[in-house]
Amino acid sequence: MTFTVYVPRDAGALSLGAGEVAQAIAREAKLRGLELQVIRTGSRGAYWLEPLVEVAGRHGRMAYGPVGIADVPGLFDAQFLSGGTHPLSLGLTDAIPWLASQQRLTFARVGVVDPASVADYVVHGGYQGLRRALAMSPESIVEAIIGSGLRGRGGAAFPTGIKWKTVLEQPAGQKYVTCNADEGDSGTFSDRMLMEGDPLSLIEGMTIAGVAVGAAQGYIYLRAEYPHALQALNEAIAAAYQARYLGSDVMGSGKRFDLEVRLGAGAYICGEETSMLESLEGKRGEVRVRPPLPAIKGLFGRPTIVNNVITLASVPTILHRGADYYAGYGMAKSRGTLPIQLAGNIKRGGLVERAFGLTLRELLYDYGGGSASGRPLRAVQVGGPLGAYIPASQFDTLVDYEALAAIGALLGHGGIVAFDDTVDMARMARYAMEFCAIESCGKCTPCRIGSTRGIEVIDRIIGGVETEGNVRRLEELCELMVQGSLCGLGGMAPFPVQSALRHFRGDFIARVRH
Amino acid sequence: MENLASEHGEAVRRITRHLRSRPGPLLEVLHAIQAELGYVPPAAVPLVAEELNLSRAEVHGVVSFYHYFRSTPPGTHTVSVCRAESCQAVGGEALAAHARQRLGVDFHQTTPDGRYSLEPVYCLGNCACSPAVMIDGQLHGRVTPERFDALLSGADTDRKR
Repeated sequence: MTFTVYVPRDAGALSLGAGEVAQAIAREAKLRGLELQVIRTGSRGAYWLEPLVEVAGRHGRMAYGPVGIADVPGLFDAQFLSGGTHPLSLGLTDAIPWLASQQRLTFARVGVVDPASVADYVVHGGYQGLRRALAMSPESIVEAIIGSGLRGRGGAAFPTGIKWKTVLEQPAGQKYVTCNADEGDSGTFSDRMLMEGDPLSLIEGMTIAGVAVGAAQGYIYLRAEYPHALQALNEAIAAAYQARYLGSDVMGSGKRFDLEVRLGAGAYICGEETSMLESLEGKRGEVRVRPPLPAIKGLFGRPTIVNNVITLASVPTILHRGADYYAGYGMAKSRGTLPIQLAGNIKRGGLVERAFGLTLRELLYDYGGGSASGRPLRAVQVGGPLGAYIPASQFDTLVDYEALAAIGALLGHGGIVAFDDTVDMARMARYAMEFCAIESCGKCTPCRIGSTRGIEVIDRIIGGVETEGNVRRLEELCELMVQGSLCGLGGMAPFPVQSALRHFRGDFIARVRH
Repeated sequence: MENLASEHGEAVRRITRHLRSRPGPLLEVLHAIQAELGYVPPAAVPLVAEELNLSRAEVHGVVSFYHYFRSTPPGTHTVSVCRAESCQAVGGEALAAHARQRLGVDFHQTTPDGRYSLEPVYCLGNCACSPAVMIDGQLHGRVTPERFDALLSGADTDRKR
């Protein structure tokens, strides 16, 4: 008989040796004369168990992990191909509590399917959403997205359906669907995981968007730091063309939708939507003044949808299962599920997709298991380099757009970076300004100059020079940047600084010896 | 400005002509040049400008705007160390200091023997396995200073093989 083994080709799993493990398993099987099929999947997102190896069994997939190449002969000795027990046995993958308690709608197939196989995608429910969409009017597709309550998962949380409606209402002609895959926030990796593990769901989501607003051309703007995602996307796009899910006659509907990946070049600012459009046009990624909105004058001056990877990859589920099904998850104005990313100093880091409404504490301790170092957690930064630092005293805050906004923080793209009690918050504040200075596009003064002045002032504070006056100066500078910057980079880079000053003032004032 | 070697000049013209009919082609052209030559030579700028009917300033402006494009040849190996928050939370700065000390160069520099270019990167998307390093496009997670040294020797061995 032929055994089937699943080993991730996700970049994170590869970074821990999954590629070598896959090779070692194939080699060992050959040595033992066993027929073996190794399927390379995405990651389940439990990075603390990577490399996670799964074996197809009668009752489902059995998991083993974290597997090193030295473990491979022992796993064969223990008959792991037939689900044999071994010290690395984790039982049925679907029964691992960390995974079983999640509500995976958008990530349902990630880690399960072969990302390059359209057939596998379809077997696991893929292209049901597009099938439905093709039988609907553009207006009713847009209505379904509005009804689902889906908000932009890139960070801005703007209602997706409203954006689509604006593009739909523009006169017919050249329109575009663009995907913002410039996932630059530290602590975030859900876009990468999705693109590597289930790229066809993004492709399907973009195709549905094209059908909804009358756009025949899509672009995925991918950051250059993601070579594995680039490969996975290109393979999946080629497979979708081959199977006629892309091209001149999408699913026999007579409708055209073409899609290609364009690479960014290491500029954080290009995650800002107007800057991304400039970059897609082959220019410097400088932000545009709004209005006009991209939905009205976007790429090459044409009406354009700009959505994040997770937003677009959530669309097929909404069309397939219905708006009410999706809206049935979540709370208040945050509907559906959110793929949350646990990062930094955390014991069980990875991807947790749950309906909105968990507390930070549940995420950090129930899923995350506390710090990796074993020391107390002191702060978390939520929402990337422009997100506020939240002290342990506020860990009971709910993870939803409004609840975080109420404490002066933001959810952003759903990344949570944990820090233990060795963190120096004045240094982190300095880094926030430094990052802004490195990444500023230079178009507006508060961001371009303010960030550099910010570094200087914090350096003086760290050096103990006229602390009170410099802290006051820093607060004024932050206020000026927030009020006067053209876009979110300069306008939000002060958030981590201001929150560090608010919650960890002692790290700035009493610096007589760190 | 140094002159462009004639084979480089031919490559730049070939690439630019091949891609120039695509919408908004400049970034794609620069990516293709860097993929082939390892960098975007300053002397390539006027050629690209001419082929795309842009000004030299426009092309130079784009090359210099994006961190990814380099104007000098890279070392045999490119070592990118993540400097962002998630990696800082688990010793990323100590790793960055180790990398500088081990290679004897600062970020954005290449070792005098031309073997390694050291680059900072602001997030490799491997934040559940911080600190992260990328060497020649290969991603590595949970990198300690010891593992960093092992990875460097590994990169050299791969090269010899």
